[in-house]
Amino acid sequence: MEALWLSMKLAASVAGILLVIGMPVAYWLAFSSWRGKFLLESLVALPLVLPPTVLGFYALVAMGPRGPLGKLWIALFGHGLAFTFSGLILASVLYSFPFAVQPLIASFEGVDRRLLDASAVLGAGSLRTFWRVILPLSLPGVVTAAVLSFAHTLGEFGVVLMVGGNLAGVTRTVSIGIYDHVQSLEYDEANRMALVLLVISFAVLSFVYAVNRRVWTPWPAK
Amino acid sequence: MLRAQIRKERHSTGASSFTLDVSVEVSPGITILFGASGAGKSTLLDCLAGLTRPDEGRIAAGNNVLFDSAAGVHVPAPKRRIAYVFQTLALFPHLSAEENVAYGLRDLPEAERRGQVETILQAFRVEKLRRQKPGEISGGERQRIALARSLVTEPRVLLLDEPLTGLDAELKAAIVDDMSAWNAAREIPILYVTHSRDEVDALGERVIALDNGRVVSSGVPMEVLNAPRRKKLAQAAGFENLLSATVLDLREADGVMRVRLGESAACEIEVPLGYAVAGSRVQVAVRAGDILLATERPRGLSARNVIDGRIVSLEQRGTMVIARVDCGVTFVAHITPGAVRVLELTAGRPVWLVLKTHSCHLVD
Repeated sequence: MEALWLSMKLAASVAGILLVIGMPVAYWLAFSSWRGKFLLESLVALPLVLPPTVLGFYALVAMGPRGPLGKLWIALFGHGLAFTFSGLILASVLYSFPFAVQPLIASFEGVDRRLLDASAVLGAGSLRTFWRVILPLSLPGVVTAAVLSFAHTLGEFGVVLMVGGNLAGVTRTVSIGIYDHVQSLEYDEANRMALVLLVISFAVLSFVYAVNRRVWTPWPAK
Repeated sequence: MLRAQIRKERHSTGASSFTLDVSVEVSPGITILFGASGAGKSTLLDCLAGLTRPDEGRIAAGNNVLFDSAAGVHVPAPKRRIAYVFQTLALFPHLSAEENVAYGLRDLPEAERRGQVETILQAFRVEKLRRQKPGEISGGERQRIALARSLVTEPRVLLLDEPLTGLDAELKAAIVDDMSAWNAAREIPILYVTHSRDEVDALGERVIALDNGRVVSSGVPMEVLNAPRRKKLAQAAGFENLLSATVLDLREADGVMRVRLGESAACEIEVPLGYAVAGSRVQVAVRAGDILLATERPRGLSARNVIDGRIVSLEQRGTMVIARVDCGVTFVAHITPGAVRVLELTAGRPVWLVLKTHSCHLVD
């Protein structure tokens, strides 16, 4: 169960970090009229199409003792970044980025522009408009972003294996654990872990779809 | 006083583009901005409010310059203090009526804010709805809350984009009365957009008529709308009969000219003298309500135009009957059900139409 706890901790940290950095990125992508916007959009969507091993490979190279990130980390904290929990978080944030940003963009763009205009003519600047109008009306999108990046991180395998390796209690997550058990022909163990992951993933996705189908909402629909 | 002189090009999809090029003055009180849809009314309001940046020009409210392309001034919308009630109202769906109204008052201390919100909710008779969300509130009351939300900020100008669409006349009048009462002490300029002729008659002190991005006329409603000089405006102002005609001859001494409607030689009428020469084509606009119908050829009338024709159809709409009469060209006349009964009008019956010269307006 150590592996499950580790996976949860990783997924929760990644979801939290992604909400914080995903919101400004999503805001910019939703409202900027810059013509080169498509470049950043492609960059954000990249992890959707790349094999996790490609991302994991470059992340590992960057985090290695001779990579730029690795060097910086050693200078700051005295130890390397590869094969650590922090390194795992960083790589997972990159890998799950589109899962947080895409639902945020979609829900920001879904807010009626006239509401933003109304906020502006009532004297609110863009920051206040964001907090008082855009964010509350995008709540289902925010929930979706958090839950999807959580679930996606929970299930990742390739990136974790490349960047984290397989250190018990440090980087051995559930998905790595399952692989381990199968390799050692411990099918009962593997089945138990796999079943837990299956149930959690189903529960999480049901939650997301319920929110988006407005099975429940924090305010009455207009 | 709000003064604006702006030019704004709008590229819509495809090759067509639209240019708003206007100069308007809005003095304290209600000024109607009238025009068919697509005339540029909303673009103008967006420019005034600071939501759209004009390509060039100048906008000033009193002594405050809000936009000046030459001086590089563009005051952003939140700092303009120009209130704007949108056609869709744009009430925040997640906030209660009270929170919506308080939205623009964040700089005030709590107690004072509460007081002002309470006062305006009462002024617009919606204080009972304070805790309701817009989705739970009926049409007319939503409109009152949108007005209250805009006016509570003490704006220096109020822009209203067809805010009372969809309400019945009585409710409209009641809301307008409340708004006028509020403005009596403040005297701010209110620019009220509508394409409804009824609203112009009910509210208008002054009218600015817009067509295809240009101001085509302005002044008091009677002058502007009873003698429209543009075809689209004539349609919007409720001229049911728009007929093309050929000028036959000018009679300057009488202040009239004779024109032939359509191709039929029988249908010649006299219209007020306009800038035209014999043989040129003009458009004549006549209100359906300005046409008289007779079952015998009338005599001894001052009206100069008596045309004979035949009723094509009669169609009852509420308390009004729409009669279509073929006189070589088809005229639409509005008559009462009583007249239909007494005159025993039926489709196919020969009739005479009577038109006063000054009920016939020339439009471009």
